[in-house]
Amino acid sequence: MSQKLVDKLQQEFGADILAVSSQHGDETITVDKDKLLVVLNHLRDHEGCEQLSDVVGVHYPDRDQEFEVNYLLRSWQNNVRLRVRVHTTEGEAIDSATGIYKSADWAEREVYDLFGVDFADHPDLRRILCHHEFEGHPLRKDYPIEQGQECSRPEHLFNDEDIARAARRASGIKPEVGGAHDEVHPSDLLTVNLGPSHPATHGALRVECLLDGENILEAKSEIGYIHRCFEKEAEDHTWAQVMPYTDRLNYCSAMANNAIYALAVEKMCGVEATPRANAIRVIVSELSRIIDHLVCVCANLVDVGALTNYWYLYNTRESIYQSLEGLCGSRLTTNYARIGGMSHDLYDGFADEIRTKLDEMVVGNNEVMKLIARNRIFLDRTVGVGAISQEDALSWGFTGPCLRATGLAHDLRKSAPYFGYEQYEFEIPTGTDGDSHDRIMVRMAEMVQSRAIILQALDNLPDGPLNIEDHSVIIPPKEKVYNTIEGAMNQFKLVYEGIQVPAGEGYGFGEGANGELGFFCVSDGTGHAYRIKVRPPCFPIFSAFTTLVQGRMIPDAIATLGSLNIIAGELDR
Amino acid sequence: MTAMPFLGTATSALTGHYATVLIFVLVGFVFAGLALGVAKLIRPSNPSPAKMTTYECGELPIGSSWIRFNVRFYLIALFFIVFDVEVIFLYPWAVMFRTLYPIAGLGAIVFWEMIIFLGILTLGLAYVWAKGDLDWVKKLTERPENGAATAALEEEASAP
Amino acid sequence: MPIVLESLAKIVFMFLLIMGMVPALIWAERKGAAFIQDRTGPNRAAIGGVRLAGLVHPIADVLKLVFKEDVQPEARHKAFYNLAPWLAMTIAVSSYAVIPFGDFITIAGRKIPLVVADLQVGALYVLAVASLGTYAVVMAGWASNNKFTFLGGIRATAQMISYEISMGLALMGLMMIFSSLRITDIVAGQGDMIFGFLPKWGVVVQPLGFILFITAVFAETNRNPFDLPEGESEIVAGFHLEYSSLKFALFFMAEYCHMVVGAALIASFYFGGYQIPWAPRAVLEANAGGLLTAKLIGVAVAASVFALLFLRRAQKEKNKFNDNRDREPVLGAGLWILVAIGAAGALLLKPWTVGPQGAEMVATVFQISAFVAKVVFFAWLFIWVRWTLPRFRYDQLMHLGWKVMLPLGVANLVVTALVMAFV
Repeated sequence: MSQKLVDKLQQEFGADILAVSSQHGDETITVDKDKLLVVLNHLRDHEGCEQLSDVVGVHYPDRDQEFEVNYLLRSWQNNVRLRVRVHTTEGEAIDSATGIYKSADWAEREVYDLFGVDFADHPDLRRILCHHEFEGHPLRKDYPIEQGQECSRPEHLFNDEDIARAARRASGIKPEVGGAHDEVHPSDLLTVNLGPSHPATHGALRVECLLDGENILEAKSEIGYIHRCFEKEAEDHTWAQVMPYTDRLNYCSAMANNAIYALAVEKMCGVEATPRANAIRVIVSELSRIIDHLVCVCANLVDVGALTNYWYLYNTRESIYQSLEGLCGSRLTTNYARIGGMSHDLYDGFADEIRTKLDEMVVGNNEVMKLIARNRIFLDRTVGVGAISQEDALSWGFTGPCLRATGLAHDLRKSAPYFGYEQYEFEIPTGTDGDSHDRIMVRMAEMVQSRAIILQALDNLPDGPLNIEDHSVIIPPKEKVYNTIEGAMNQFKLVYEGIQVPAGEGYGFGEGANGELGFFCVSDGTGHAYRIKVRPPCFPIFSAFTTLVQGRMIPDAIATLGSLNIIAGELDR
Repeated sequence: MTAMPFLGTATSALTGHYATVLIFVLVGFVFAGLALGVAKLIRPSNPSPAKMTTYECGELPIGSSWIRFNVRFYLIALFFIVFDVEVIFLYPWAVMFRTLYPIAGLGAIVFWEMIIFLGILTLGLAYVWAKGDLDWVKKLTERPENGAATAALEEEASAP
Repeated sequence: MPIVLESLAKIVFMFLLIMGMVPALIWAERKGAAFIQDRTGPNRAAIGGVRLAGLVHPIADVLKLVFKEDVQPEARHKAFYNLAPWLAMTIAVSSYAVIPFGDFITIAGRKIPLVVADLQVGALYVLAVASLGTYAVVMAGWASNNKFTFLGGIRATAQMISYEISMGLALMGLMMIFSSLRITDIVAGQGDMIFGFLPKWGVVVQPLGFILFITAVFAETNRNPFDLPEGESEIVAGFHLEYSSLKFALFFMAEYCHMVVGAALIASFYFGGYQIPWAPRAVLEANAGGLLTAKLIGVAVAASVFALLFLRRAQKEKNKFNDNRDREPVLGAGLWILVAIGAAGALLLKPWTVGPQGAEMVATVFQISAFVAKVVFFAWLFIWVRWTLPRFRYDQLMHLGWKVMLPLGVANLVVTALVMAFV
């Protein structure tokens, strides 16, 4: 499919397409940076690429054009992916794609922040993950990683222009008194910070609001409070050592993060996990999807004041965590998948335990549905709140339940099956209005589907080896390591030098609980990653947050934030 | 007036009851004050600048919270005053209705007068309602009559 | 002089009642929430290793809050900041002054009504005090000079002004029917019967008024679904965000005081207060001996059953913890055995032969029990609703108050007048 698209583009643009490459099933076209917007526009308008998944920068200090910026495009309707690549160097700006894809806003800010690539005509080119006082661009290869920087001054997100605009809006809703409109002075507006330490942000993020009463006239969000340099760390570790860091991206669904990261590196190595490992990955991924949805829905219900539902949902989560703890020794930071397999097999009795727990989940979820499904207050609080249209959702880079709530039945488990998802029967629940209510209901319905998938996987768990035989990827079994010199050497080489991933680049992705979770990996053939870029599902989703809440009230903002399921861990990386 | 049953017992017992209420309230006041005083004596006090900052989700507050409100909050307060005062007129009527209605010639007046009064009250409510002043949330895109502000808002709406 | 003594005695009794009710309610709220939410609830605070089903927790809370440092923001308005919790508590207890908790008792030939102050305008007093409560909240919200407390204060005002009118209108229907503003009259009036079999309770004669009133009471007590001034997920803790130590405790206790008042008002206005349906005072007095005997036997039997249950648990969980916690069932059984023995022992005094003086006493005790039972039920309703419903949004609350409840209140009044005039 995407080959055909590339051919068409070559006919259309001819010499403007500087190079075409294909690797690990992904097509990449390199275009001149002056032609970037033309190509993107064409792709969006004529080739159905509705979504810009991510913008990935890579730094090659030895090249003339030292920065490479990849635009990861996706067409859901044609089920096609394409990378558009441009090269640039210090001082040469790339035209910003914000006018074409709304998700480019934050994605380009991130590239600017971490690489120092300049984007012309970007509306708000500021740092995003690093502190505003931070100097330098940390993902450049020449950034001195030993260097410490002290950044302490808080940033006021609104400039005078924003405040003046908000004041004009407030004047607009001021009632007529004595036949004339009195202008609202900027100093009459209340500036309130929601977060970083607010009970409903569920993580360290900040939304600064300009209020008239409780109406949000203008909102701006700030992230990066728990930026842990995941991507920089990943460049300094072997491929296998990155696995535990992926746990910390989305602490609710660490299992899925592990599995999808393993999938990405396996793709780079050209190996495929065994059927049994795949089935186990499906089971744990779906379990983590259930956990993630439970946490999201229960927190969202707490946000609208329905506290009791929390326990009905959380009890299931707790009992599933106990099984996961039995499986891999810890609850949140699982570190269970391995490149080429899993760290170990399921324990005896796991299947029956999970079946019982899933039945309990159905009971708990039904209780919650009884409490909320026809509750007038709940409906008033969520229906129409934080609504987004299909078109906007695609443009903002929404994926997962938040996209499906708008009525689009797009699920990577169906459209690009991995882990053998094509063997399982399940449906894609969708909403209609893309509001908080639909997002909650889609999540509730997805849990039922996940349960169905897990039950199928447990019933048809394939026998056979857990890990692949290729011991250049996965360490040999312990008895070989302890008893043979080859095994010991093999383990030594893999642990010290790491997996020798062939040079090249690849994008491994899957349907995380909250949308498309992707790992864009670049290898230079050594044991360390040259670049790993995570495409966290909630990064683009959160970038749309302020537009969803503008003009609404604080309680709406809280209900919306909860239903978007923003996980600060993967937002900030 | 003395014929009215509900004022009939307005004697010293009445003032006695109010005195009791006063004592009751005073006891409550002293009780709360005593609790505060005792707690003040026994609790530690180690204030520090960080402790004494105003909480705003971990950020330093920008601007004071003592601001001028939008006029429409006062409007709601005004409606309240108006309706509450009108409701106060209804209390004596409500209490005396059973006594006064059976009196020939007076009953109809008692009944219809208050119905008319309630009608006017309802009319007032309907007016305020129709004018949209009971709507708490106004759409941000709502255009004011004022030309300059309208233009500014339109400009905004057209911006991406 | 006796009138002063009498008043003082009633004031003291009322304060003891409040001071007992508030911790009991806090306990009930926590255990109730735990019951609704499938969990155990508080059970850690213990005396000598015996946990007493979490009953010690309110005491532990008070101790903790008394000894806690009072952290105050620099930017506060000092006088109002300190005054607000004080005022909140004072206002919260003020309403109790006019609530009749029983009919009357006769001591030394004096007929003493069981209400602290039998105001002729008791109902208006209650409404007035209810709206005063908002001042404390607004004062706290404004004086803290914090944006969240400020928003909490605004929300409290909006809520108060939106529901007070409806509350007054709802009560007005009741005042028309009972022709009085005096709460004792309203309660006494509810002892009658309609058609000879239906108690003339407020809820029967004013069903719509009851719904409006209970909604307004929920709003005025700032309890879920109307807990917007606190709204912890939105404006963190609302008006009391900047309060700690005993000042916070006073706000906290004030909320529970309001809850008890709310429950007592609902019971008094719409559920006959101390009246027991189909058993007016005369009937109670006439059958005092039999009732008392039956009650004592009932208590004795129930206590024995509880004691047996505890004993069974004691046997089954003999060495469950291997510390003092193992004594809990034994202690529980002992307590119930004592109650059973007390009740059975009282039977020896031949309760079926009570004289007229005793009969009056028995009737009063039964009526007070009925009142307390109703208050407890409505307090439980407050708890039940809080842990079941989500929270309103501010504009929805205003919408409900102004566009639904206010017109309904007026309609209720008109319909009541029409029915009284033409039926």
